[in-house]
Amino acid sequence: MATANPTTLPDDPKLRGDVVLDEQTGGREPLVRGDYTFHDITERVLAVNEKPIAQTPSPFKFGIALAAAGFAMFGGYVGYLIWEGPGIWGNNTPVAWAWDIVNFVFWVGIGHAGTLISAILYLFRQKWRTSINRYAEAMTIFAVLAAGSCVVLHTGRVWMDYYLFPIPNQMGLWPNFRSPLEWDVFAVNTYLTVSLLFWFTGLVPDFATLRDRATVKWRRLFYGILSLGWRGSMRHWVTYEKAYQILAGFSAPLVLSVHTIVSFDFAVSQLPGWHTTIFPPYFVAGAIFSGFAMVLTLMIPAREWLGLKDLVTVKHIENMNKIILVTGSMVGYAYGMEFFVAAYSGNQYEGFTFINRAGGPYWWAYWIMMTCNVITPQLFWFKKFRTNVKLTFVLSIFVNIGMWFERFVITVTSLHRDALVSSWDYFVPVTEVLFLTGTFGLFFFLFLLFIRFFPVMAMSEVKGVMPQANPHWEGYQHGQHGHGASGAVPAGAVAQKDL
Amino acid sequence: MSENIPTWGLLAQYEDPHSIYQACEQVRDAGYQQWDACAPFPVHGLDRAMGVKPSRLPWIVLVVGLVGSALGLWLQAWTSGSAYPFITGGKPLFSLPAFVPVWYEMTVLASCLAAFFGNWILNGLPRLHHPAFASRAFERATDDKFFIMIEAADPKFDLAQTEALLKSTGATHVEVLEP
Repeated sequence: MATANPTTLPDDPKLRGDVVLDEQTGGREPLVRGDYTFHDITERVLAVNEKPIAQTPSPFKFGIALAAAGFAMFGGYVGYLIWEGPGIWGNNTPVAWAWDIVNFVFWVGIGHAGTLISAILYLFRQKWRTSINRYAEAMTIFAVLAAGSCVVLHTGRVWMDYYLFPIPNQMGLWPNFRSPLEWDVFAVNTYLTVSLLFWFTGLVPDFATLRDRATVKWRRLFYGILSLGWRGSMRHWVTYEKAYQILAGFSAPLVLSVHTIVSFDFAVSQLPGWHTTIFPPYFVAGAIFSGFAMVLTLMIPAREWLGLKDLVTVKHIENMNKIILVTGSMVGYAYGMEFFVAAYSGNQYEGFTFINRAGGPYWWAYWIMMTCNVITPQLFWFKKFRTNVKLTFVLSIFVNIGMWFERFVITVTSLHRDALVSSWDYFVPVTEVLFLTGTFGLFFFLFLLFIRFFPVMAMSEVKGVMPQANPHWEGYQHGQHGHGASGAVPAGAVAQKDL
Repeated sequence: MSENIPTWGLLAQYEDPHSIYQACEQVRDAGYQQWDACAPFPVHGLDRAMGVKPSRLPWIVLVVGLVGSALGLWLQAWTSGSAYPFITGGKPLFSLPAFVPVWYEMTVLASCLAAFFGNWILNGLPRLHHPAFASRAFERATDDKFFIMIEAADPKFDLAQTEALLKSTGATHVEVLEP
């Protein structure tokens, strides 16, 4: 294990034998491992971006070709959907909402982890976020785009979608602002816009690094325009950091509001199984849960392939597993509480709905959900499992599956037993698998392009949390670290290897 | 160097946050006004070492955010109460609790747009060209080196004296920037 990747030191700090829990880090394991200089960080993070197009690694080419095929298939499917209408789905009364809404809630929930990492952890001064926030934010944006394509397409007549917006029109009609579905339009659009602004703001200094290191004209132009002429001016940094703080401050409650409003789509209705006050917190916890799982699913292979194991350490994975454990247990508590409230209310419709969920025709969906969301994440109580990267990867995929089924259970099982027995039905999907696969194609296509062309790690932030970034770092006082040309810290064990 | 070449200012390179921090304190104390420091990341406390005032951005965000908030509430009240009065679910025409979510989202949207655009406008960006970009050394300003530039427009600027000051603060490289 230790010799698998010669440029990276082993994950286990004990094997490395060089982790010093010094005062600089408050007795904690350092966030960046090894004697990296600022320049090493730049080299490491940009290695994948700066490869010439012709030298793109073949696994990457294969991955992007696969994702592009999925995306192209999605395009064809959307054409078919617009031509034929939603009749190509299994949706029918009483199950009028099925995979379209399930996929929407699934994707928008995944997005929430990105904002949580970038905004809430930022406000709580959780410095470990700096290595993971960039691609978590990218994941947010692409997940919200996937979610958006689900809701835009589920209306049936997509050319009438402009009715969702308050646009003056010849009929003098306006959207109904008392409808949760209209709240959703505003919440998701605001969320997408703010996530994009936040992401781009963070990217600008790193685009400037790419511009300054560009060796080819197109790169200099491309990153030059994207970086807006950023030159690292301290006077700019002052305003920039303020803007970043403000964006984080607004994003933190925004992320809670968005999934709350998504849950209102269900909770404000009168349907047993949907009409519960626990929905907003339960949905938000579930969203963070699924999103952290998706970040891990994407991050574990990425840190392996991009050689970023010293920047995204096992400590990061462990911290994220703790959040998965907490939010997974909150979701488990909500599942239990739903049953308790159904029993305690004494309402027979409510009681029937929940017994039917666990033991009715869709019992299998319910138990897949329970296993993947509540039972398996409990393994993370043990440090041995939390720090096991391969196991984490498998469990994160379980959570993704479980959270998709949660939305399926909520949406479909609540609908399929209508108030009259004559209206009961059993929903079976027809072509929806292509719909879900297509959104995955869209998501991965954009995500792989992002990894190839945009810095996957917020370099300026990672540099900022390194001990030598502090002008009063004791290494400067003792004079043992010369001000040599190689950087602030003498070339250590790692820096001497070819990075 | 020839006196005929117009000078925009001087660029000095430093190797680490510690030395630029001390250099900034000295340049500030020497009384320069039109100068700047460039770093690959915001060096903690360097703004104070330079004597930079806090940003005005929060005030801009506050004003724009309040305007956006008012517009968000007005939009809902006017469309559903006046432009096309319509009773939904037996609620009054101005049903405030139902308007809260969109009202909130509009406030956030306006404030974030203000923070985003205000940041670039206050910083004078996008500005795709700058005299410092002509310097090869300055390409490391976004990587791992630290720079101070003092503009010739500064009343205290004197090519020889300023250069001597920068060298005395531990600069490893000083060069003249042309406009």
